[in-house]
Amino acid sequence: MKQKGLARYLLNAVLLIVAVAWLGPYLWMVLGSFKSLKDIMNAPLAPLPSAFHGEAYAEVFRSIPVGRYLLNTTVMALSIAALQIMLVLPAGYALAKLRFVGRGAAFLTVMACLLIPAQVTFVPVFLMLAQVKLVNTMTALVLPFGASALGTFMVRQALLAIPDELIEAARLDGASELTIVYRILAPMLAPTLASLFLLSFVFHWNDYFWPLVMTTDESVRTMPLAVALLREQGTGVRWHIVMAGNVILSAPALFVFAMTQKHLLRAVAARR
Amino acid sequence: MLRPRHRLHPYLFLAPTLGILGTFFLFPLGLAAYRSLYRWDLLTPPRFVGLAHYERLFSSGEILRTLTITLSYAAVVVSGSMFLGLLLALAVNRKGKFVAFVRSCVFSAYVVSWVSVALLWMWLLDADAGLVGRACKALGIGEAGLLTSPSTAIYALAGVTIWKITGFSMVVFLAGRQDIPEDLYEAASLDGAGPLARFVHITWPCLRPTTAFVGTTSLIVSFQAFDIVRVMTQGGPTHSTTVFVYAIYEHVLLNLRAGRASAMVVVFFGVLLLLTLVQLWAWRMGRRSR
Repeated sequence: MKQKGLARYLLNAVLLIVAVAWLGPYLWMVLGSFKSLKDIMNAPLAPLPSAFHGEAYAEVFRSIPVGRYLLNTTVMALSIAALQIMLVLPAGYALAKLRFVGRGAAFLTVMACLLIPAQVTFVPVFLMLAQVKLVNTMTALVLPFGASALGTFMVRQALLAIPDELIEAARLDGASELTIVYRILAPMLAPTLASLFLLSFVFHWNDYFWPLVMTTDESVRTMPLAVALLREQGTGVRWHIVMAGNVILSAPALFVFAMTQKHLLRAVAARR
Repeated sequence: MLRPRHRLHPYLFLAPTLGILGTFFLFPLGLAAYRSLYRWDLLTPPRFVGLAHYERLFSSGEILRTLTITLSYAAVVVSGSMFLGLLLALAVNRKGKFVAFVRSCVFSAYVVSWVSVALLWMWLLDADAGLVGRACKALGIGEAGLLTSPSTAIYALAGVTIWKITGFSMVVFLAGRQDIPEDLYEAASLDGAGPLARFVHITWPCLRPTTAFVGTTSLIVSFQAFDIVRVMTQGGPTHSTTVFVYAIYEHVLLNLRAGRASAMVVVFFGVLLLLTLVQLWAWRMGRRSR
């Protein structure tokens, strides 16, 4: 028994090191963002700043329109997630519950799109949007992701488990098809829809690739682009400023994670 | 299965979804194939060149080089994140505040953006100003900085990627481990099986579908890597980290070679399709053996 206690003790020590390996870098980032340029230059390895300066944050707000970028990012991520939820429901309903000619083909089309990531489509989509002058617009950022193949599939699967009788009864009660989809079925799928919304929001809030390719104009650019650009500006040793931007960028994602942790973990595990 | 109330209902319900997916996913694939037959700099009119771009991509060795770089990155990422993820999943598979805390720490990196992670690690790995970079220098590895040497840069990127996605494989492995009925372990213990024997004869075989899923998912994710490369190395030094997506990006947006980039898109899609077939096969095999 004594040996078992020792093993447990060792395991916990290793897990503590693991926690430090993952938490440490964030801590380093936050501490770094409060350093002054002098601290960064003279004592790069000192964990604590000589005094807590707000200098770096002030510089971030001076050099980029933080409010504008945060607003763009939020609008983009929220619109995508909301649009997906709106469209995924009727599409999933038609595929799971309605009998019509071409249902198999429609389902196959949706599934085929699962195989095509944005990393494949960005070149032709960029060429297409450039021709219709839609590059540099919020439309170019939101519309391509308005429909979710994965979401449609998830909703279809969830609806298959709901008995037809329930829908028939609602029809007899005089509910319209849209009422059935959005008022009756949607609440029953709340967990599926919530995880879809959450994963989609976090993914697009964090996305760098698509906005980078589709925009050149400040008025529609998003926060990840701006923060990445902070490092490219200047001489490259202004790490305190980059880290201040990084704190502003990652804090909302970490906050959402902290608030919805249980749900998010379950959603990820359920994707297997 | 129900009769639609109106003949057109199902089509109307599907129209927005199929419209968007068709316009932004299926049609572009065809457009890329078409554009790959033309030479086009986005400014002057396109000129038909047939399969010249493909010939060039293969004969110049560009495809082979890009594929090799992407593969070596993917190999390190997949094996590293799976090994660590499995180990962590088994270590945190118990109740209690402390292990829940460790789980959250590791998984949080998966939620934070690639840009945040890339910038953070660029600083940490810096040979002069970075905590980890300095430590490596003291140990005699990567004197000039891990990211600035062509022989180490791609592995540094892979290391950072492992840090970012291990949380995902840990969570999935943990869910897989918790699906295994505890009485299997109890019975094995009664038969005198030690921890190692229980892992080899129960945990590992039961986790096979999970392993197949995590492995192929992280393989596809690492083939799609872009953000981390764009932020940390811009494909350099001397093209040593020019993975597939970055190569395409460079062709179309930096060199304005729309035709060549489109040809590369077509090849890249072929590679991804192949990986997906591997995924389906692995998934089937995993299910069957269970």
